Amino acid sequence: MNSLPRLRQHSVLPGFGLTMGFTLLYMGFVLLIPLAGLLFAAGQMSLGEFWEKGIADRRVLAAYRLSFGASLLGAAINGVFGFIVAWVLVRYTFPGKRLVDAIVDLPFALPTAVSGIALTTLYARTGWVGRWFEVFGVQISYTWIGVVVALTLIGLPFVVRTVQPALEDLESEVEEAAAALGATRFQTFTKVIFPSLLPAVLTGFALSFARALGEYGSVIFIAGNMPGKTEIAPLLVVIRLEQYDYNGAIAISVVMLVSAFLLLLTINGLQWWSRRHEG
Amino acid sequence: MADTTNLSRAGAVPAHGDSPLVRRTLIAVALGFLGLFLILPLVLIFSQALAEGVRVYFDAIREPDSLAAIRLTLVTAAIVVPVNTVFGVAAAWAIAKFEFKGKSFLITIIDMPFAISPVVVGLIFVLMFGATGWLGPHLAEYGIHLLFTPAAIVIVTLFGTMPFVARELIPLMQAQGTQEEQSALTLGASGWQTFYHITLPNVKWGLLYGVILCNARAMGEFGSVYVVSGRIRGETNTMPLHVEVLYNDYMITAAFAVASLLALLALVTLAAKSIVEWKIARDMRLASAAAGEAPAPDGESAP
Repeated sequence: MNSLPRLRQHSVLPGFGLTMGFTLLYMGFVLLIPLAGLLFAAGQMSLGEFWEKGIADRRVLAAYRLSFGASLLGAAINGVFGFIVAWVLVRYTFPGKRLVDAIVDLPFALPTAVSGIALTTLYARTGWVGRWFEVFGVQISYTWIGVVVALTLIGLPFVVRTVQPALEDLESEVEEAAAALGATRFQTFTKVIFPSLLPAVLTGFALSFARALGEYGSVIFIAGNMPGKTEIAPLLVVIRLEQYDYNGAIAISVVMLVSAFLLLLTINGLQWWSRRHEG
Repeated sequence: MADTTNLSRAGAVPAHGDSPLVRRTLIAVALGFLGLFLILPLVLIFSQALAEGVRVYFDAIREPDSLAAIRLTLVTAAIVVPVNTVFGVAAAWAIAKFEFKGKSFLITIIDMPFAISPVVVGLIFVLMFGATGWLGPHLAEYGIHLLFTPAAIVIVTLFGTMPFVARELIPLMQAQGTQEEQSALTLGASGWQTFYHITLPNVKWGLLYGVILCNARAMGEFGSVYVVSGRIRGETNTMPLHVEVLYNDYMITAAFAVASLLALLALVTLAAKSIVEWKIARDMRLASAAAGEAPAPDGESAP
């Protein structure tokens, strides 16, 4: 019955062949065949066409610049503020703390179209928040700043949820020792606490970045979608598809897919690093 | 119950000399950040939805296209969630209960839908099942057209929500080990009996949360569905797509009314998560208390 007898160590539990077989079959059909198909379709293109449609086009380049730039900025904002939120949730007590802890996961559960229209209305010129920025002549909705706002929301839980357990595991003796040896609070933080949390912060940052890169639903409402200015790469895929320019859509998708896969590898590497860091 | 966890946490981690000023500033910054990005948008959804009164709100939801969208979303979730639950349980059993080569690679692959843009998922579907796609023309010979139908919505949603149950179960089942299952098998239980009476009760809360989260994501799927559905009103518009259509037609109140239903779903999901986390923490405390009285399982030499 065991389809992979030599690959696994002996175990008395039954069902390995059945569950592993089903897992691989399902993932093959739902995930791997479609992805292989996309790469195959990209392979049908000549290198010149791929270069022209996927990279060297002004509109495509502008979309990459916005997608990567805004995702990076959003992930950086989450790196800083997510760290503060995690710190506050682990170290301090205040009324409503459990509620705040629960609400952090909202971006996981709220459909992106819903957060999209909510943010757009909120940060528009007449919106509750947007009108205060309007006083200073800063427009958020329908500009690149709006894209950053939407991508920040999408990636918000990642840094908090990776830093939180790392901060909980941090041994207080180390901090006390640093303080006893005469370090100021600031020195203890920058030389002792922050370095040991850095792998967790970077993992959260990378996850937040990867998630933001592919985001579509929340951004298209707030971006304004001006070609070459506020047009993100995923939107350009949809536009190419609607123009029946399949190769154009495939080329952009492959560039995004490869970036996402490299990020996923980086995240795995970071997690391996942080495990070694602990051990 | 809330008090005891707070007390134990406060006892475990003393506030290492952060001055009250620092403490208050950081709490204010954290709350301000979450307020701007999470709480205000949430409040705005309900305030906009009810801006023209309760009657308009319910009229917007009772409108035929909205009802059709709600029905389609419910049907999609009713198909997608059970299938991905079976997958999640099977994958977690194989990954958490056995040792084999390439395990971490397999976990990475399961996570891949997280890193793939939903738009790319939609594109692949069009390439496969479109009129000029690889499979589309062959299926058309048998009279099967998938693109721009509810079937397309179900298939891309299956892809997008694949990891959620598996991701919740794998760490939980890994933490619980295989000793209880081994004992049951030694005492003569069959594989299915062992799973049903031992494994399932142990992971039921994690499984429940995985299912709820998978459901929330299935109902909220947007980018991939946007590409493959054709966005035919009353036929292939799901709730998120209907929100988009209403919003672009400047029917703002109606858009927020339908959106508020999805926001409620999100709030229920968050509440379920908090309850499940509390239950898991309680079960683990009870288990460790019981283990403290009985001889430690680690003391026995493993077979």
